[in-house]
Amino acid sequence: MRKVAVVGAGMTKFMRRAQETGKELAWETAKLALDSCELTVKDVDCVVMGTAPDAFDMVHMKHEYLSDGAGAWRKPYVRGVLGGGTGVFTACQAWYHVASGMFDVCLAVTEEKMSSCLPHPQGAFVTCWDQFTESPLGTSLLWFFAWEMNRYMTSHGITEREIALVSVKNKKNALHHPCAQLPGEITVDDVMKSEIMAWPVKRLDVSPTSDGAAVLVFASEEVAKRITDRPVWVQGVGWCLDTMYIGQRDLYYPKYVEYAARMAYDMAGIKDPRREIDIAEPYDPFSYKELHHGEGLLLCDKGEAVRLLVDGETQKTGRQPWCPSGGALGVGNAIAATGVMKVAELFWQLRGEAGERQVPGRPRRGVAQAWGDEMQVGTVVVLGV
Amino acid sequence: MSEKIKSWPGTPLGEKEIKEKRILVTEWQPNLKYAWDTGAGYGRDFAELKKGKIVGTKCNKCRRTLLPARLFCEWCFRTADEWVYLKDTGTVNTFSVAYTGTAAERLKVPRIPALIEIDGSGGVAIMHLISDVDPWKVKIGMKVKAVWKPKQKREGAITDIDYWKPI
Repeated sequence: MRKVAVVGAGMTKFMRRAQETGKELAWETAKLALDSCELTVKDVDCVVMGTAPDAFDMVHMKHEYLSDGAGAWRKPYVRGVLGGGTGVFTACQAWYHVASGMFDVCLAVTEEKMSSCLPHPQGAFVTCWDQFTESPLGTSLLWFFAWEMNRYMTSHGITEREIALVSVKNKKNALHHPCAQLPGEITVDDVMKSEIMAWPVKRLDVSPTSDGAAVLVFASEEVAKRITDRPVWVQGVGWCLDTMYIGQRDLYYPKYVEYAARMAYDMAGIKDPRREIDIAEPYDPFSYKELHHGEGLLLCDKGEAVRLLVDGETQKTGRQPWCPSGGALGVGNAIAATGVMKVAELFWQLRGEAGERQVPGRPRRGVAQAWGDEMQVGTVVVLGV
Repeated sequence: MSEKIKSWPGTPLGEKEIKEKRILVTEWQPNLKYAWDTGAGYGRDFAELKKGKIVGTKCNKCRRTLLPARLFCEWCFRTADEWVYLKDTGTVNTFSVAYTGTAAERLKVPRIPALIEIDGSGGVAIMHLISDVDPWKVKIGMKVKAVWKPKQKREGAITDIDYWKPI
């Protein structure tokens, strides 16, 4: 397989509600990403689209609706959907389009417009679950996370206050992100006092719903070396789906993330991810998820992520910063676009272009991860310079 | 951030713009209706629930119970070997005290959704609700028993079990 580089990136602000339509968001971002590497739509050989459930917009087959904004017409075009795992998977998908030798330049466009769904986009999820054994119970999306957080806390003896530190860290990191929706200086007490949504999940443990888009430009080695002297290489990709029967897997540990990570690390030749990875962007739609996913990414032992957090090792200036972007908790969570926002953060960090968010010590390798489908898919990308 | 990017696209809107109708929107409320066939696996499940019994299937090769009952084992990819009756008691695997409903609307009285490991299944859990208990006294590991709806009110659905109650 051929070497593949990320050569350009762009994103919109993440917002509770955007005035722009989905395709306007997609267009502005695709244009921005292409401009950032001085390519035009004519240089693009194929387009991959990532956008999560159609039910958010109730525009069925919304990849068609978004296709002109994605620059897809008269080009090979395909959409991959893995729910919340879609964004990082879109990067995997772009990678194999180019690595296969079929295309030299692939535009990876992700877009989400959640605000169209009234009164709240959470209602759209009722059509995602088993229509016989789950939805009839009046199921709420938050139950799944509450169950998992409770199981995770109880299995390892972790407290809600410790987990709250993730929200504190990420919202603070997001203060320096120009596209952030919910940055802020908050305290553990603020999290603890915030409204109980579905105990143990409290309002400040949850990322917001967002509108936004994020785009990456992928290129073959030959093209990448011609157009930039700072390509960021895709070193590994992985993805894995676990059982949809939630009562059949133990929620305390995301095994599917581990499988996806092992696939990506094998490809990248990484033997010890704790030492060989400089920065990580685990998916953090909920505060506990950053810890849970960090363990699945084999960045520490099971139950130990909280120790890294409390000791400051995952802070921006720590040994291995986690979510230096500010994550979904701080930047916002435009589902599919969040995954690409995380890959874009690695791209900017590894090129030393992250401005005030730049982590010290010239990071050379990073991992980004997303999670979704019926809360049991892991998608992983390793980038390096 | 990338030095080449000076301004970031996107125009955030607030409540004000929408309430004061400063932006134009088009609304649509779909009226959709579906009838889903339960299939052979769930069909038997629900027929048994109507009788007040919880049933599963077994894969003798993987030595595990399939619950909710289904016709094939997804791991060894064979037809399930037999139907087994399980108890209507179980253990709380995990739970939540939920103040939000399906569309994130707020509930005054919290619900207690839980994963309940069904006795006799070897630790396989189903999704259901706990009730008739102070929510803050529920614990992982607590034993619970199904409270069935009265016979005439059962319709062959997961909701034929009204809720689960600590024992």
